[in-house]
Amino acid sequence: MIELYILLVLMIVGAIVTIELKDLLAAVISIGAVGMVLSIVFLIIKAPDLAITQIVVEMLCFIILLRATLKKDLPFSTTGSWLFNTFVAAGFIAIFLFVAVKAFKDLPEFGYPIMRVANIYLKEGLVKTGASNLVSSIILDFRAYDTLGEATILFTAVIGVLTIVRRIGRKKKDEIVEEDDE
Amino acid sequence: MSKEHDAGMSLIVKVITRFTVGLILLYGIYIVLHGHISPGGGFAGGVIIALSFVNLMLAYGKDVALKKLPRKTISFFESTGALLFLSIALIGFFGGYFFLNFISKGEPFRLFSAGIVPFCNIAISLKVGAGLFAIFIALVLLKFDWEKKE
Repeated sequence: MIELYILLVLMIVGAIVTIELKDLLAAVISIGAVGMVLSIVFLIIKAPDLAITQIVVEMLCFIILLRATLKKDLPFSTTGSWLFNTFVAAGFIAIFLFVAVKAFKDLPEFGYPIMRVANIYLKEGLVKTGASNLVSSIILDFRAYDTLGEATILFTAVIGVLTIVRRIGRKKKDEIVEEDDE
Repeated sequence: MSKEHDAGMSLIVKVITRFTVGLILLYGIYIVLHGHISPGGGFAGGVIIALSFVNLMLAYGKDVALKKLPRKTISFFESTGALLFLSIALIGFFGGYFFLNFISKGEPFRLFSAGIVPFCNIAISLKVGAGLFAIFIALVLLKFDWEKKE
């Protein structure tokens, strides 16, 4: 269990370093390190499906961040009073902590929940679906509605990105569209 | 060297990519097809398939990658994956309810088992792979006019 806490502290340090760094390339690399450590955490708490998905998605996000955003000159917004901003941030953090403490008291203990539905999945999953990977049998058979919603979300996201960055929507009135120089 | 090899990264990267990109694609297909037996599944496998084409594009430039997988093909695969997943769910209505596992379960731990689960994995991998590669192309290639002048 101690290695889990070491990795969690490493992730928090990586996130803080990411915020504080001025260089964009170094910030992207350190947020990538946070994602890699997160995939090791998933391996330690015995979730290999999530670990594979996390490391793969992290790589894709890393490449997209490197290629797509690094060359752009991102403005750093510091409008408004420093004192007011700090007080608002501290107030929201305090409200969040208060609500979180209230809410987490009602949750069942870690690793010792009621598990009524999960017990049925664990006992009858192999017989009912025939899939030896239990995660796969849950997300594609017992809980296939959720996967359908997730697929719809991804579809909507792709359509949204393509709609926003497409060429025709961006041309001005007297501009001629050139298709070949993308 | 010929003209078409000018774009992209250096010769070392190109040679290494030529050896590894097929293996990455094969590993993605393996993860998809064995999603119901070993860890992995449609989403992770689809992202690995998309990453192999991203690797090709980073090393060889956009022309080679878009010749292997043109934009029409990307949108075709994206739509096909979504429709395939939905139609697998709808076919279940003939037997009773939405997402009915209508194919015989087979023997566990075999490749051909678990009814509709492998087909759902294949549909999701088509959708995820094509969709994420389309997002990558859109975010990296398309540029505003004022960005080009720099």
